[in-house]
Amino acid sequence: MAVHAEAVSARPSAWRDPRVRAIAFQIIVALALILFAAFIIHNTTTNLAKRGIASGFDFLWNISGFPISQALVHYELTSTYGRVFVVGLLNTLIVSVIGVFLATILGFVIGILRLSRNWLVAKLAAFYVETLRNIPLLVQCFFWYFGLITPLPGPRESLSIADAFFLNARGIYTPGLVPEPGFWAIIVALVVGIAATVFIAHWAKRRQLLTGQQFPTGQVGLALIVGLPVLAALVTGLPWAWDYPALKGFNFSGGWWVQPEFLALLVALTMYTAAFIAEIVRAGILAVSHGQTEAAYALGLRPSVTTRLVIIPQALRVIVPPLTSQYLNLVKNSSLGVAIAYPDLVSVFAGTTLNQTGQAVECIALTMAFYLTVSLSISGFMNWYNRRIALVER
Amino acid sequence: MTDTALREHVAQPDLPPPASEVGVIGWVYKNLFSSPLNIILTVVSAALIILVVPPFLDWAIFSAYWGAGTSRAVCQTPVIVDGLEQMVKTGACWTMVRARFGQFMFGFYPFDERWRIVLGLVIQFGAIAWLLVERIPGKLYAAITLFVVYPVLAFWLYYGGLGLPVVETRLWGGLFLNIILGTVGIVASLPIGIVLALGRRSNMPVIRLLCTAFIEFWRGVPLISVLFMASVMLPLFLPEGVTFDKLMRAMIGIALFSSAYMAEVVRGGLQAIPKGQYEGAMALGLNYWKMMGFIVLPQALRIVIPGIVNTFIGLFKDTTLVTIIGLFDLLGHAQTATRDAQWQGLGKEGYVFTAVGFFVFCFAMARYSIYLERKLRRGYKR
Repeated sequence: MAVHAEAVSARPSAWRDPRVRAIAFQIIVALALILFAAFIIHNTTTNLAKRGIASGFDFLWNISGFPISQALVHYELTSTYGRVFVVGLLNTLIVSVIGVFLATILGFVIGILRLSRNWLVAKLAAFYVETLRNIPLLVQCFFWYFGLITPLPGPRESLSIADAFFLNARGIYTPGLVPEPGFWAIIVALVVGIAATVFIAHWAKRRQLLTGQQFPTGQVGLALIVGLPVLAALVTGLPWAWDYPALKGFNFSGGWWVQPEFLALLVALTMYTAAFIAEIVRAGILAVSHGQTEAAYALGLRPSVTTRLVIIPQALRVIVPPLTSQYLNLVKNSSLGVAIAYPDLVSVFAGTTLNQTGQAVECIALTMAFYLTVSLSISGFMNWYNRRIALVER
Repeated sequence: MTDTALREHVAQPDLPPPASEVGVIGWVYKNLFSSPLNIILTVVSAALIILVVPPFLDWAIFSAYWGAGTSRAVCQTPVIVDGLEQMVKTGACWTMVRARFGQFMFGFYPFDERWRIVLGLVIQFGAIAWLLVERIPGKLYAAITLFVVYPVLAFWLYYGGLGLPVVETRLWGGLFLNIILGTVGIVASLPIGIVLALGRRSNMPVIRLLCTAFIEFWRGVPLISVLFMASVMLPLFLPEGVTFDKLMRAMIGIALFSSAYMAEVVRGGLQAIPKGQYEGAMALGLNYWKMMGFIVLPQALRIVIPGIVNTFIGLFKDTTLVTIIGLFDLLGHAQTATRDAQWQGLGKEGYVFTAVGFFVFCFAMARYSIYLERKLRRGYKR
C-alpha cells in the first residue's frame, strides 16, 4: 500500500519526464553538431595544409591580373581581388535591379491581359506564361546568347536603326548623352520636382482626412516631375550633346554600349520571371471576391476608382509576398550569367578568383554571404511590409 | 367581341436573337471586338502572331531538313543568289538531333547497356504511378518500393556490379542525367525535408533554431553557388582517402538544396492541419511520433502533393545547371553538339530541341499538379 501511495505522489522518473527528455535531446544534438563541425574543420585545415593553400582573407589585397568585360567602378588588370568582388557584386546588382524593374512591368501587363475578356489576348498571354515557365532558365539564356545574339552579323554588317542604334554580335550601341555645363540644373529640377510631389502628397492626404476635399496629386506630381526638368532644359538651352556610335576599324566607338552577355541574361531573366509574376498577379486579382466589386458599384464608385481603391489594395495583399520571393529568385538566378560569361559575382569571384587563388572556402563563403545578405534583407522588408498591409481582423 | 375573349392565347414564336449575340459572329463580337480597346488589343495580338508564328513554323517544320546525315552540309539546298548558285541552309537542320539523339538521351552510356536505363526508368515511373494513381491499392508498398527498394535497384542497374558491367558515372549524361538528378533530389529531400519541417515547428529552441538556420541558409543562396561549393569545397571537408566522384558531389549539393525547399512545402502542409487534429491525437494519449506519424503527417503530406510536384518541376529545370560544373546533361550535350565542327552554328536547333524536351515533361507535371489541387479543393470544400 505504501509503495502504491508513493508511486502516485512521486513525480515520474526523470527519463519519463518530457521536459528532461527535451533538454537531454537538445544537448545531444548540439554536441553532435559541434563534433561534426570540428571534424569538418579539422579535415579542411589538414587538406589545405597538405595542398599548400593559404587561408584567411589576405588574398583580397593581392593583384588580380585578369580582365573583366563590364565594370561599373574603375577596374584594371592591376586591381585587387577585393575590387573584383565589388565589381562582380555591382554587376550582379545592376542586372538584378533592371531585371526586377522590367519583369514587374511585363509580369503585371501579362497577368492582367490573361484576365482580359478578349479571347485572343487572354490565350496569347496564357501561351506566354505556360511556355516560358516550363523551359529551364539556363536553356533560355543559352538560346538568347548562343542561339540568337552570337550568330548576329559582325560590326561591319550591323543591323541599324537611323544610323544611330546598332545591333551586332558585340552588343547594342546607342547614342550616348554627353552633359555640358549647365546640365546640373536639370538634375536639380528633377530632385526639386520629386521632393515637391512627396510634400504635396502628404499635404493632400492630411487635408483629405481633415476636410474630405480631394486634390489631384497624381496630375500635379507628374507635371512637376516632368515639367520642371523640361523647363530647366529649355532655360539653360539644352545643355547636352549626343555622342553617336561610329564604326572605327573593326568595331564601334563612341556612344553607349550594352554588352551581349548582359543583354542575353537580362532578356532571359526578365521574360522568365515575368511569366511567374503574371501568374501571381492573376491569382491575386482573382482572389478579390466579386462581391467587393459589386459593393463598390453599389456605393456609386466608378469602375476606374473601384479598381484603384478597392481591388488593387486587396489584390496587393495577396500579390506582394510571392512577388518578393520572385524578386529573390531573380537575384539568385542572375548567377546563371556565369554560363554565358557575364561577369557577375559568381563568375568573377567564385569562378576566376577561386581558380587563381585556390582559396575555395573563402571565395564561396563570401559569395554566399552576399546572397544571404540580399535574401535576408528582402525577406525582412517583406515581413515588415506584410505586417503593414495585413488585414486587421476583429 | 366574344370571339376575341374566348380565343386561346397563343404565344408568337420567339424572334431569333440578333446576329451580334449568338453564333460565330456573336462570339467574335463579344470576345474580340466589344470595345475600342478590345479592337486594338485584337489587332495587335493578331499582328504579333502573324509576325512570329509563320516564320517560326516555316523554319522549324516546312523548310527544315529532317533527313539523316553526318554533318550540316546535308541541310543545305542550292539557291540562286544574284545569278550564282549557292548552298544555303533554308530552315532548321534536325539532322543534328537525329545524329546525336542517343547522346541527348543517354550521354556516353555504352550503347549495349542502355536497356538498363530504360528498364530502370520504367520501374521508376511505374512506382510513381502506383503511388499517385488512387485506384491502385497498396500505397505503403508503393512508397517502400520508390523510397527504399528503387534507389538500391537503380544504383545496381545504372552503375553495375554483381554481374552487370560497371558503367562509370562520367559516362552518364543526357536527359537520363537530368531525370536521375531530379529523382535523387526528391527522394533524398522528402525525408530530410519532413524532419526539418517538424524541427522548425518543434518546441525545443535549439532544434528550432538549427532547422530554421539550415532552411534559410540553403534557400538564401543560388543553386549554382551550392554546386560550386559541392564540387570544390566538399573534397576539402572529407578526411584523407575519402573521395566522391563529380556526379555524387552534385547529387549531395542538390539534395541539401532541395531539402530546404521541401521543408517549407511540408511546413505549409503541417500548418494547414487544424489544431483539433493535434489536440485530438494528444487526448488519445499518443506520443509525439505517433501523433505525427499516424494523424498529422498522413493528412499534411496528402495536401502538399501539388507543392511537391511543383518543387520537382523547379528542381528538374534546375538540374540543367550541372552543365556549368562540367557534367553533360541534355543541355550540355546540346551545347557540345553545336560546337562540333560538323554542326557548327546550329545553336538554335539544339536549344529548341532541349526546350521542347523540358517543356513536355514540365508542362505535363504542372497540369497534373493543377488537377490535384482542384481535386483536393473539392474534397476539402464544405
